[in-house]
Amino acid sequence: MTATNRPASRLRAENLTLSYDQRTVASDLDVEIPDRSFTVVVGPNACGKSTLLTALARMLKPRAGQVYLDGAAIASYRSREVARRLGLLPQSSTAPGGITVGDLVARGRYPHQGLLKQWSADDEAAVVEAMRQTGVLELADRPVDDLSGGQRQRVWLSMVLAQQTEILLLDEPTTFLDIAHQVEVLDLCAELHARRGHTIVAVLHDLNQACRYATHLIVMRPGGIVAAEGDPSTVMTAELVEDVFGLPCRIIPDPETGTPLMVPAAPKGYAPARVTGTTDADADADTDVDGTASGNGPAASDTAMAKTS
Amino acid sequence: MTAVREAKASAPDPTPRGRPGGATVPDLPRVITGRVVRTRSGTVSLRVQGRTVAATAALLVALLVVAGITLTTGDFDLSVGEVVQALTGNGTGIADFVVNTLRMPRLVTALCVGAALAVSGAILQSITGNPLGSPDIIGFTNGSAVGALVVIVMLHGSMTEIALGALVGGLGTALAVHLLMIGRGIQGFRLVVVGIGVSALLLAVNSYLITRATFQEALEAQSWLIGSLGNRLWIHAQAIGIAVAVLLPLAFFLSRRLSMVEMGDTTAMALGVDVSRTRTVLLVISVALAAFATAVTGPIWFVALAAPQVARKITGSSGPALLPSALMGAVMLALSDLAVQRIFAPALLPVGTATGCVGGLYLIWLLVTESRKSRA
Repeated sequence: MTATNRPASRLRAENLTLSYDQRTVASDLDVEIPDRSFTVVVGPNACGKSTLLTALARMLKPRAGQVYLDGAAIASYRSREVARRLGLLPQSSTAPGGITVGDLVARGRYPHQGLLKQWSADDEAAVVEAMRQTGVLELADRPVDDLSGGQRQRVWLSMVLAQQTEILLLDEPTTFLDIAHQVEVLDLCAELHARRGHTIVAVLHDLNQACRYATHLIVMRPGGIVAAEGDPSTVMTAELVEDVFGLPCRIIPDPETGTPLMVPAAPKGYAPARVTGTTDADADADTDVDGTASGNGPAASDTAMAKTS
Repeated sequence: MTAVREAKASAPDPTPRGRPGGATVPDLPRVITGRVVRTRSGTVSLRVQGRTVAATAALLVALLVVAGITLTTGDFDLSVGEVVQALTGNGTGIADFVVNTLRMPRLVTALCVGAALAVSGAILQSITGNPLGSPDIIGFTNGSAVGALVVIVMLHGSMTEIALGALVGGLGTALAVHLLMIGRGIQGFRLVVVGIGVSALLLAVNSYLITRATFQEALEAQSWLIGSLGNRLWIHAQAIGIAVAVLLPLAFFLSRRLSMVEMGDTTAMALGVDVSRTRTVLLVISVALAAFATAVTGPIWFVALAAPQVARKITGSSGPALLPSALMGAVMLALSDLAVQRIFAPALLPVGTATGCVGGLYLIWLLVTESRKSRA
């Protein structure tokens, strides 16, 4: 899948072999990130999707092959130069103790600063805009330590935005967030993509979120192999999910957006518990028939009784 | 196009605050702490933290006061005028001797060693992300002691050779710790744990060396092992002075990068910091500072551990406050030396006992508070 009949993308990887110590995560991997796309990378655990992202951001040196940024090998750039063109939101970062939100976001300006140029008008404008976009401007004076997980993730995202790069790599930006904050972060990314024309590459776990937000979907299978890529509506099929994830499923249109929605198949003989206002004891009786919950049945009804009393 | 649910709410209302914040563009709210100083053309713009400046100024005043008391009081009291005259080369014979031969070398040594230890500790604590990551805890100081003891007990070397031995020992230990960690990167917690292990091992070597020594050698070894500023001459002051003059500016220059590295390797690299080079250079600076300091005075405990933490607290800084740390270390050691000279006179108490007492209490407090708040 390396058809290059159009001009080469700003960010692409050729023949990548990626490994940690002795363990090879991917070999001969070719990836091209379409310019101005919202590319989402999905795949089972340990398939090398995060590894690919770290390689694209030159955090991991490939054992073989090369990542190209704007036509030149990414390793040939100075670190600072890469940081002006490409931003990365890692899976985890450490906020220095006691730092305020504003000061942390301001650190995103590091690649644009120097010893005698520590806080230019551009820096200020970029930071304020980034904080506005993510809605953390009001929190500017608060210590990062005091924030909730969702707020903190928006602060980190804000720091990457302040870097003002046109390419953004996001490594599982929704991990550790509750569903509302996940949607919020992804909506924000979609907005940045649509309004600013940023190229966004995100690693996500949730296939349905991936299908909803991606303009270009890359599905990887273990061993760092691209199983399929392209528009989610054509890529996402029940056969592919079963093949890559080993999960039987149905694909239906998302009632909100019309994008593919993956619904896992129920196990054979599955009968959903009745929740029609009956007591828990009834539900226990149901499961007891299967002979699966005979051990915890009494305990469960104990707690049910404790609740009612 | 999807709407940003919560972000929208904040877009209006650019809450301007009444803080006089240097030359800022109007209409933009202030989001960072401190003041900004900019030239009109915008080629130079500096961020200044008011609290850091105040703390630095206060430490400078404290340093001058301690230095003043050290130079004017003692067995032979001098007036400030006499001291100044002596320092400028116009003093009377006795004042000149007391100030320039007895007190100044000792004071300069104390200030430089204190600053060197504090910056060494500040860098290591920052790199390891652990307040226990200081050269005296993770074995560099004990390594210096082994080097010195080998010279004292086995080679019967002179004072200069002992210092050289300590330098080699400290650097060698750092190299050994580094080799033990090779291939796994310099990770904070592992460095501290490996360092503590190496430190314990070296302590055993030290004890063994002393059992091999004659009574005279053991006495000499013991007096070296309790860090002391007594009988320090200009040669000592010069040695540590040169080390500090070369290494501290280099460390200050790299401190911005160091504060980025504190956010984690990936984040720092993503922001354009060459993490591994930054860390290696700073580690070498830190080890060299600790080794030079120990070579000149013998092991002085806890300054490297406590000074940077105290400096961070009083400046409220979110990064490694290297300059305030250096001043804090200098004041701490000079003050400790003043205390052992004046309070316990005429007994000749080595300064290591004073820093050891204060530092031990500090360490207990640190461990108790650290264990309460679990670090993420």
